[in-house]
This record gives sequence, structure tokens and C-alpha cells, in this order.
Amino acid sequence: MSQSPSISPARPRIDWLPKLVVAPSFILGFLFIYGLILWNAYFSVSASRLLPNYEFAGIEPYLNLFASDRFQVASWNLAIFATLFIGGSLALGLLLAVLLDQKIRNEGVLRTIYLYPMALSFIVTGTAWKWILNPGLGIEHTVRGWGFPNFTFDWLVDPDKAIYCVAIAGIWQSAGFVMALFLAGLRGIDDSIIKAAQVDGASLPRIYWRILIPSLRPVFFSTIMVLSHIAIKSFDLVMALTAGGPGFATDMPATYMYSMAFTRGQINLGAASATVMLATVAAIVVPYLYSELRSTKR
Amino acid sequence: MSSASTTLATPKIASATGPSRSLTWQRWLLWAVLIAFAGFFLAPMYVMVVTSIKSMDEIRGGSLLALPHTLDFSSWGKAWSTACTGADCSGLQPYFWNSVMIVIPAVLVSTVLGGINGYVLSKWKFKGSETLFALLLFGVFMPLQVVLLPMSQVLGWLGIASSVWGLILVHLLCGLPGTTLFFRNYYAALPDELIKAAMLDGAGFWRIFVRIVLPLSTPIIVVCLIWQFTQIWNDFLFGVVFSGADSKPVTVGLNNLANTTSSVKEYNVDMAAALIAGLPTLLVYVIAGKYFVRGLTAGAVKG
Repeated sequence: MSQSPSISPARPRIDWLPKLVVAPSFILGFLFIYGLILWNAYFSVSASRLLPNYEFAGIEPYLNLFASDRFQVASWNLAIFATLFIGGSLALGLLLAVLLDQKIRNEGVLRTIYLYPMALSFIVTGTAWKWILNPGLGIEHTVRGWGFPNFTFDWLVDPDKAIYCVAIAGIWQSAGFVMALFLAGLRGIDDSIIKAAQVDGASLPRIYWRILIPSLRPVFFSTIMVLSHIAIKSFDLVMALTAGGPGFATDMPATYMYSMAFTRGQINLGAASATVMLATVAAIVVPYLYSELRSTKR
Repeated sequence: MSSASTTLATPKIASATGPSRSLTWQRWLLWAVLIAFAGFFLAPMYVMVVTSIKSMDEIRGGSLLALPHTLDFSSWGKAWSTACTGADCSGLQPYFWNSVMIVIPAVLVSTVLGGINGYVLSKWKFKGSETLFALLLFGVFMPLQVVLLPMSQVLGWLGIASSVWGLILVHLLCGLPGTTLFFRNYYAALPDELIKAAMLDGAGFWRIFVRIVLPLSTPIIVVCLIWQFTQIWNDFLFGVVFSGADSKPVTVGLNNLANTTSSVKEYNVDMAAALIAGLPTLLVYVIAGKYFVRGLTAGAVKG
């Protein structure tokens, strides 16, 4: 603030104009964000079933939600998926970033290849993965054709394993994004640190492991933030790959919310699960946003 | 391993000659690993393309990775205009045009509003504007499930439920926090002296924006347009919740097509449909990848 002295006092005549200009955006934006959050919260304690019903029902929907087997499965699935997805994307993305950081001649081409899944809809890539992972004609069929007649790979239709397929497709989609973030972070590190370490005789892996990667801590932090946020919201990928099945074995909170609210006629349960999702995201994101904004102010 | 202090004494020549001698096989290994990963990322795309130009007989008989015997583009035509979802046999075409009709206004309006908001929030700060911005920023992160139920009521009251207009409105509102963030961070880097000098010359709020700020904004406008285009084109959640029979976007059309159970499964048509649905964003990515990456990283690494 102190470096950018306020401009408006010079021309008090138009002081109101900037406020007026952003007012519609902010009013609509806040209505959309906070108005609907509150409205949804009211739905979650109402007696709404097939149709919205504004009769107050107390915390009963929440009790039903937490007692529901299906929601428990969905939450557990999210925990498994988020762990694999975040861990896998971070590991693969970091590895790719470090490898690409070695003055590769065609780095641009490789980067483009690693990152292109991010430009595609999860529905598009989910359709492709569904075809690749299907036991009938996909990988299983192909490997058997190579002379391994007993090879089986039926995770996609196995209720215990299908969630891993969702994680594989998710990692494939997002690893390039993590790579881009880490690569930007690595390029931002002062060269003199590396030179100094080389002069000290440190080997290249050691320089990365002990100096460069630790200095990427803020990038780790924001990447985990973004990835966990993607994980909690993941809806498209599950819908395209398994539609929550077999049964509801790959249900996640986002798909649970959708089916309760829009196909099962349990609006208050759907609203309650959306509120739980919001609370989870807020618990992760609000401290992050707070610290980000405080640090940019300084 | 823990010889950091002892290697201190190692002469510098060792580190200079050491790498160059073992360089070649290490470089080869590095290249092999990088290319193997490229294969991993390209494999699904390859399988999609190859499958889309095979006949069903060939798909059943052969391997996933095998090249097609003959080039048969009939699945593409079928996916575009005659493939059936249930009883409706008009292919992906109507959904594709719905997406186009949703994307264009939603992208343009959210970019324009984001630009103006960003201009005010960076160059015409007022008391409380930072807090307002922080509150708006939460919209980038909130799980959209929260807005689905109330928004469908709002759209009903506005009389635009199940229509293209409803989807445009929702995407517009949903995109606003992100576009504002893009422009605010970009304009924050423009020197304030520029604005002050123009004010001394008697230029006002709009004149400064149009004459000075806008001409400097080309990169961020491109980033924002590409980002919004990709987001809205690829959206599925809003599409599936807020669309009606004749306003479904292409992602919903594709998903219904690929998951339709009524007819014999035609994987070649599914793959062609998936490619058609993915082609616009893929094309933008290939042409303007640099800007796409900037948009991606802007959300995570803020300046």
C-alpha cells in the first residue's frame, strides 16, 4: 500500500466511479457465492426430498448422512483417491520437472506432451481410459494376445479395485500440471546457489535432494492445495470412468451429492453432503488464502 | 552419502572432468526415461485415434495398440451426425453447437468484467477493496456442489432453467472470480506512475483504461480467454445439472453416448466422439500452449 500511494485524492470528482463500476460484479458474485452457500445450508436442514420444501427439519439430514453406508463409502473412497492422486501426481510431476531441468534440447516438445491431458475434459479422457481398462477388449485382451493367456486386469469392474483405476487416470491427467508448477519453481531458483554447491563438490542428485527440492517448499504447499481441491471436487472423472460403480463402490462425495440431489429425490441429504464438502474445502483453503493475501500485502 | 564436509576438499577439476566422462550414458538414460514417459502420456491419445479409425471386427480381433489395416473414417461421421443415444440418433453435432453457443458469450463477458474488476482492484483501490477481493476469491475454490440446488431454483424463477441462457449465466458467475484474479495480478505489475502521468494529463477512469491499460493487456487477455474457454468447454457438472433436452453441452452428449446401454457397443464411434469433443481445447492448447500454462500456474503461484 505504501509503495502505491492512493491515486483517488487527486481527483475526488471520480472517486465514486470505480466503486460503481465493480459494484454489479461484486453484488452478483457475492450473491452467487455466499447467498447460495447459505441457501444450500438451509436446504440441508430442511425437509426437502423430491422437491424443495422449506419446512425446518433440524439436523436430521446430517444424522442420516453420517449414518448412511453409501456416504461412508464415498468419504473413504475420497480418502483413498486423494492420497493416491496427490501422492502420485506430486511424485511423478516432481520427477518429470527434475528430469526436464537437465538442459534437454527438445524440452518444449516434451513439456507439451506431458501437459496436454490438462487441456482435455475428464469426460474425454475418462471415456478413453474406460475403453483401455475394460477387461473385454482393453489391456487385458491385448496382453493375452501377446502370449499371456492367463493375464487378468479387471480392476475397473472389481468393486475393491475400481477406485485405483480412477486414481491412475487422475494421476495421468494431472502429473503434467504438477510438473509445470515445479519446473517454474526450479527455474526461479537463483543459479548462484547451485554454482556454490557445485564448487563445494556436491553431486547433482545431492544438490537437488538437499538444496533445490527443499527450497521448493512453497510450491509444494500450493500444489498440494490445488490437488486436494481437485480431488474433493472430482466428479467428471468418476462419472465417465465408472459412474460410481460397480454398485456404489467408486462413489465420491461429489457423485453422492449429485445422485441424492438430482436422481434419488433426497434433496436435503444432497445439500447436507455439499455443505460437508464445503466445510472440508474451507478448512484447507481459507488458511491458505489468508496467508497468501497477507504475504502479497507485505 | 553423508560426506558433504569431506568432499569440500575435492579439487574442482574432479567435478569438471567427472561429469563429462560419464555424461554420454547418463544422457542416454535420461533421454530413454523422458521418452518412455512421453509414451505413457501419449498412449491413451494414440489408442483413441487408432481405435476411432478401425472397424469393430478389427477391434474385437486385434490388439489395443495395433495400427489399423485400413483407414476407415466412417466412425467419425457417425459420431458427428448419426450415432444414437437412446432413441435420439443425431450424433454429437447438436451438443457441439450447444457448447459453442454457451462458451462464446460466457467467455467474452466474464473476460470483459474480469478485466474491469482487475483494473479497479489494482489501480483504483478503495477502502476495503482488498477484503472484497479476498471474499470473491473464495469463489475460485469453493466446491460447486454447494450452488447446484439453489441455483436450479434461481434459474427456474428467472425462467431460463434447462436453457442455454441458464448455462451461460452460471458459467459467467462462476468464472468471474477467476478472471478478476487474472487481471488484478497482471495489472498490479503495471507501474502506478503510468496511471498518475495520464491523470496529470487530464485523462479519466475510462480513458486511462482504454488508452493506456488495455493496449498493454494483450497477453493476459489471451490467457484469460484460453483459460475460460477450456474451463467452460470441458465443464460437465453444470452441463449435466442445468441443461435440458436441447441445451446439453458436448461433454454431456459424449458421456451419454459412451454410456448408452441400449445398443451394441461401438468403441470406434465412442473414441471418435471423444476426440471430436476434445478437439477444440486440444487445438487451442497446441496453438497457444504457452498462454494455457500461464493460466494454469496463475491460479497456484500468485504474484
